[in-house]
Amino acid sequence: MEEFAALIDSLVYTTSRNAKLQLVADYLRRTPDPDRGWALAALTEGLDFPAVKSSTIRNLLHDRVDPVLWTLSRDFVGDTAETASLLWPQGPALPGNPPSPPTVSEAVELLAEMTRATVGVKLAQLLDRLDADGRYALLKMATGAMRVGVSARLAKTAFAQAFEVSVEEVEEYWHAIPAPYTALFDWAANGAAPPDTAALPLFRPFMLAHPLEELEVDLLDYVAEWKWDGIRVQLAHAGGETRLYSRGGEDITGTFPEMAEALTIPAVLDGELLVRGAHQGGEEGGAASFNALQQRLGRKAVSAKMLAEAPAFVRLYDVLQLDGEDLRERPWTERRAALEALLPRLPADRFDISAVIAADHFAHLATIREGTRDDAIEGVMLKKRDSPYVAGRRTGLWYKWKRDPLLVDCVLMYAQRGSGRRASFYSDYTFGCWDGDPDEGAELLPVGKAYSGFTDEELKRLDRHVRQHTVKRFGPVRETDRSLVFEVAFDSIHVSKRHKSGLAMRFPRIHRIRWDKPVHEADRIAALQALVRD
Amino acid sequence: MPANFSWIRPEPWGIHVVPADCWIDPAREVPHALVTHGHADHARGGHGQTVATPATLAIMELRYNTREGAVPVEYGETIRLPGGVDATYLPAGHVLGSAQILLEHAGERVIVTGDYKRRHDPTCPPFQVTPCDIFITEATFGLPVFTHPPIEGEMAKLLQRLADQPDRCVLVGAYALGKAQRVIAELRRAGHDRPVFLHGALERMCRLYEDWGIDLGELRLVSDAKKDEMRGAVVMAPPSALNDRWSRRLPDPVTSMASGWMMVRQRARQRGVELPLIISDHADWPELIRTIQEVNPQESWITHGREEALLRWCELHQRKARALALVGYDEDEDD
Repeated sequence: MEEFAALIDSLVYTTSRNAKLQLVADYLRRTPDPDRGWALAALTEGLDFPAVKSSTIRNLLHDRVDPVLWTLSRDFVGDTAETASLLWPQGPALPGNPPSPPTVSEAVELLAEMTRATVGVKLAQLLDRLDADGRYALLKMATGAMRVGVSARLAKTAFAQAFEVSVEEVEEYWHAIPAPYTALFDWAANGAAPPDTAALPLFRPFMLAHPLEELEVDLLDYVAEWKWDGIRVQLAHAGGETRLYSRGGEDITGTFPEMAEALTIPAVLDGELLVRGAHQGGEEGGAASFNALQQRLGRKAVSAKMLAEAPAFVRLYDVLQLDGEDLRERPWTERRAALEALLPRLPADRFDISAVIAADHFAHLATIREGTRDDAIEGVMLKKRDSPYVAGRRTGLWYKWKRDPLLVDCVLMYAQRGSGRRASFYSDYTFGCWDGDPDEGAELLPVGKAYSGFTDEELKRLDRHVRQHTVKRFGPVRETDRSLVFEVAFDSIHVSKRHKSGLAMRFPRIHRIRWDKPVHEADRIAALQALVRD
Repeated sequence: MPANFSWIRPEPWGIHVVPADCWIDPAREVPHALVTHGHADHARGGHGQTVATPATLAIMELRYNTREGAVPVEYGETIRLPGGVDATYLPAGHVLGSAQILLEHAGERVIVTGDYKRRHDPTCPPFQVTPCDIFITEATFGLPVFTHPPIEGEMAKLLQRLADQPDRCVLVGAYALGKAQRVIAELRRAGHDRPVFLHGALERMCRLYEDWGIDLGELRLVSDAKKDEMRGAVVMAPPSALNDRWSRRLPDPVTSMASGWMMVRQRARQRGVELPLIISDHADWPELIRTIQEVNPQESWITHGREEALLRWCELHQRKARALALVGYDEDEDD
């Protein structure tokens, strides 16, 4: 447990992704089974101890610390587990009975055995065996929120780095093996045979695309499909169970229960999850904008009202497995034929297919892409006709060709210091547009925030500009004298109550810095409102 | 005849010693000031007369460029103030020159601690426990979550980091008066004999400490050093410089900070600290409690900091106490 506590502490204070990867990989390499597996489960939030809740910890402390002192402390520290770890009364070390901190496995075993009736005594005994850092790690692990800036994906990447295996393979086997993942370590560290995954509704790593950039491809070799603006999902049905996975392999079945019910054929399907909506001009049964979909994301429980008002469906792109057969090695043309043949077997209100764009040649495709008005279209996908379905991004197989972004001129209003490598630079910019005619006293209202789209050299110059044009300071934020125009690019803009301007941009980034442009020539709020397609 | 302590009055801008018309650590200019120690929030300039220890007066002179009205008083020395009040300056263990002030009048004894700690500090004499009737104590770390670890372990963490990453430097943010010099002195005590590099803002105070006989080993200025010379070295800077442009001249610095607040993980994270060093010049919770128990006053008055928790502790232990709302004392996170 001491080693794990030290890892957690190091992760808390490390901001760089590479340094985090190295810390986790080092730990996984030097720690024996099953401790490292349980630690990995803790980091990926794969542990659940129903008897241990935040309220359990609070009650435990109320028996040992004055409730007023507890509340004052908790308010100051801002975290129940950390407060408890610091306030836990350290008993005097008894002679001949030194404290014996548990291993991670022992701690997990003891936590799992606890019930609501025993947790008061058993958790206290466990805490008595640890020092403050150990108690912190234990309580964080027990309540299931490590908050050390390590996503499940980062933990899996660290695992792959530790044992020099591909992260796609790790993803593929991950869900087949429960914690402490002994078979996974056996495969990666000791070269044992990989686990059998056929009979389980597992996540299979997505095939991804490179941006097309300046390239032109021959449509004899490549097929064009629309790229939809929803969330990429995978639906897997095996052994009588259906699961829905997000792009990162996160199980989101509970968020879209209607989709889980809709697939009853053994298959693994790749598609875009969208919600139906009337906002869209396009074809009948069109998808609502991403903004509408957003209302349903991140929810654990879904109300009947939501299911009725914003029902989900999947626009299919590909089929990975069907009726027990793995199709991933087959060329796209064969998989597409299988997908089209499958479609009539699926409920029509929950599935349709992403249409192939009938374009004669590349220039024709470019014209079609320019002409589309449907806001649910993010751009065009180009897929090599003979390409297998491979995990990750492989050069030359799939390309994405996004629609050109929308551009507006905004005025820099506030700048905030970055973090990590950018800690000394003002690198996060809030910008605004005029709420009327700037020559007649109009005000700037913030419309968005961006921290990318410029080079390191430009960043240095922007940083200098912010420091020389500061009018007010609020902690890490500086208000500037509003003298610089940014040309801001974004994918779409939506109505939002969160901002005073009533607007929110999707994917805003600095397109160009207009050192030359006078601020009164920046765009007005009305011009942005005209771009809203909600 | 007992005066029932009516001669000592806490006001929002300082503690007023009425018969002498003196103010302790006043937050505004007064004709007569008694100053506990040199931190800017306690030792403001511009008073007609300032009574303080010689070291505190030297620190104030460095800061305000004047010795006008300076009245030195040594540790253990008693001076007679107007109106029949005796003031004795006693070591507080906070920083060089820091003192508690014992006030005696009409047979009643009041101690104002200023800031203090109970740990060993190579740069100043230790806090002296002295009996009194009213004990006016600070409470900067007045919450039971604060039990600061022994400094030796924190130094070991710092030295281990230097050894682990010899191509980088460790940039330690530390308060310019007291904390910076204590950290350097403790580094020397732990056997670290390489040059320590200083941000320009720390230079004069370090030289002053040396003039007062505290050996800080070889000190060099960052502005005089080449980047490569600072690899594997400790660089000291005021906390405000940690994320400033200034730090770009350093070789891939590990951002560190020496402060009692570093006990709380999110506080350290908010400041972008990679290597938190829990080093405080204030009493932690067990020290505050031990001090009240040892001094054993009739009444404790609790000033700047988290008064409520210490007040609650006094209530739970049947000790008479009240919180004073004094303004102007810096609750800065840097301390």
